Amino acid sequence: MSYILILVGCVFVNNVVLSQFMGICAFLGVSKQIKSSVGMGGAVVFVMVCATAITYPLYKLLEHFEITYLKTVAFILVIAMFVQLVEIVMKKTMHGLYKALGVYLPLITTNCAVLGVTLGNINNDYTFLESLTNALGTGLAFTLALLLFSGVRSRIEGNDFPEAFKGVPATLIAAAIVSVSFMGFAGMM
Amino acid sequence: MNDGKRTLYEFTKGIIKENPVLVTLLGMCPTLAVTVLAENGIGMGLATTFVLVCSNAVISLLKGVIPKAVRLPCFIVIIAGFVTFIDFMMKGYLPGLHSALGVFLQLITVNCIILGRAEAFASRNSVGRSVLDGLGMGIGFTLALFAMGSVREILGLGSWLGMKIPVLSEKPMTIFIMPAGGFFVLGCLIALVNKLANRRPPKEISCDNCPNASMCSGQCRSREGV
Repeated sequence: MSYILILVGCVFVNNVVLSQFMGICAFLGVSKQIKSSVGMGGAVVFVMVCATAITYPLYKLLEHFEITYLKTVAFILVIAMFVQLVEIVMKKTMHGLYKALGVYLPLITTNCAVLGVTLGNINNDYTFLESLTNALGTGLAFTLALLLFSGVRSRIEGNDFPEAFKGVPATLIAAAIVSVSFMGFAGMM
Repeated sequence: MNDGKRTLYEFTKGIIKENPVLVTLLGMCPTLAVTVLAENGIGMGLATTFVLVCSNAVISLLKGVIPKAVRLPCFIVIIAGFVTFIDFMMKGYLPGLHSALGVFLQLITVNCIILGRAEAFASRNSVGRSVLDGLGMGIGFTLALFAMGSVREILGLGSWLGMKIPVLSEKPMTIFIMPAGGFFVLGCLIALVNKLANRRPPKEISCDNCPNASMCSGQCRSREGV
């Protein structure tokens, strides 16, 4: 039951993009088309789950040596290396998957949502399975926000805004409205 | 431009002309997340400035030593080191602010402004210039966060830096301190800057100011068919 609660909480109530503001750069940059949103979302889900699977035992190791203050340094280094490794392996062995997800992988290293999830798991004292659920849920939340927003953006594309609002400001205000819709979930938990 | 003027320009460009948040649109996550109060904006801004100045200085010193192929992981480790330092200092001396900023203090590590300046400026320029550049960018970031925080606090809570504002505090518009208000205020601020600067706004967040551009070599752009 607690796993379902974590999952629902991540995806709807505390949406990683729309209420916690992580991964905004990718959210605004890649949400132009539905196809690229799906690709980016898939890559983020994959990296988040794998990064959690690696950083959780790593934290236990740091705990054992009583150097937990190094967690930020250790986590980001592991995530950066992991992302590069996956990109290389994918390029060699799984060409189809690489074409679908690969180009988004380098962009993920500095996506704060990934580091945010791994640090959040530690700060919330989740168990290993809860951490994995949290990572999966957060990744799905990111994908959902990206997908919804790419739909909104395709609608506002050719609209006639005041000159100063064209481009990014209009996108941000559209994001505000999408975010309002997610406020409706706030009372659920 | 003579030398003195050029040096001054390195400092001032980050404050207004190339303001990281409002003009080059970097570092949006902390800008939106912590600016519920003007005070938090200043705290986050100063912490980021500290990390930015120190990492710019160290990266500039090491620019001949770090091999090009592994420079990004090296930069990130240097940045993460300073973030850990400021995390400890703030926990010790400003515990209230530390808990208000929460995980975003640790997430300074992946703030695109810092990596972007390391890649675009500090790894190519002298130490003095890099420090000035970092200081200017940091102050620009702090000012933008302070402006955001002030607007949201005044409208959303009816107070400013903790001081109550007589009429507004009776019925504050709570939406402004909620996530939706953050997106809205940032959109309006960028539009305001566009209007004042009287320039064509950037159409999209483009590869030009993306710190990862060198790694993905524009693949993200060609893929989206831009």
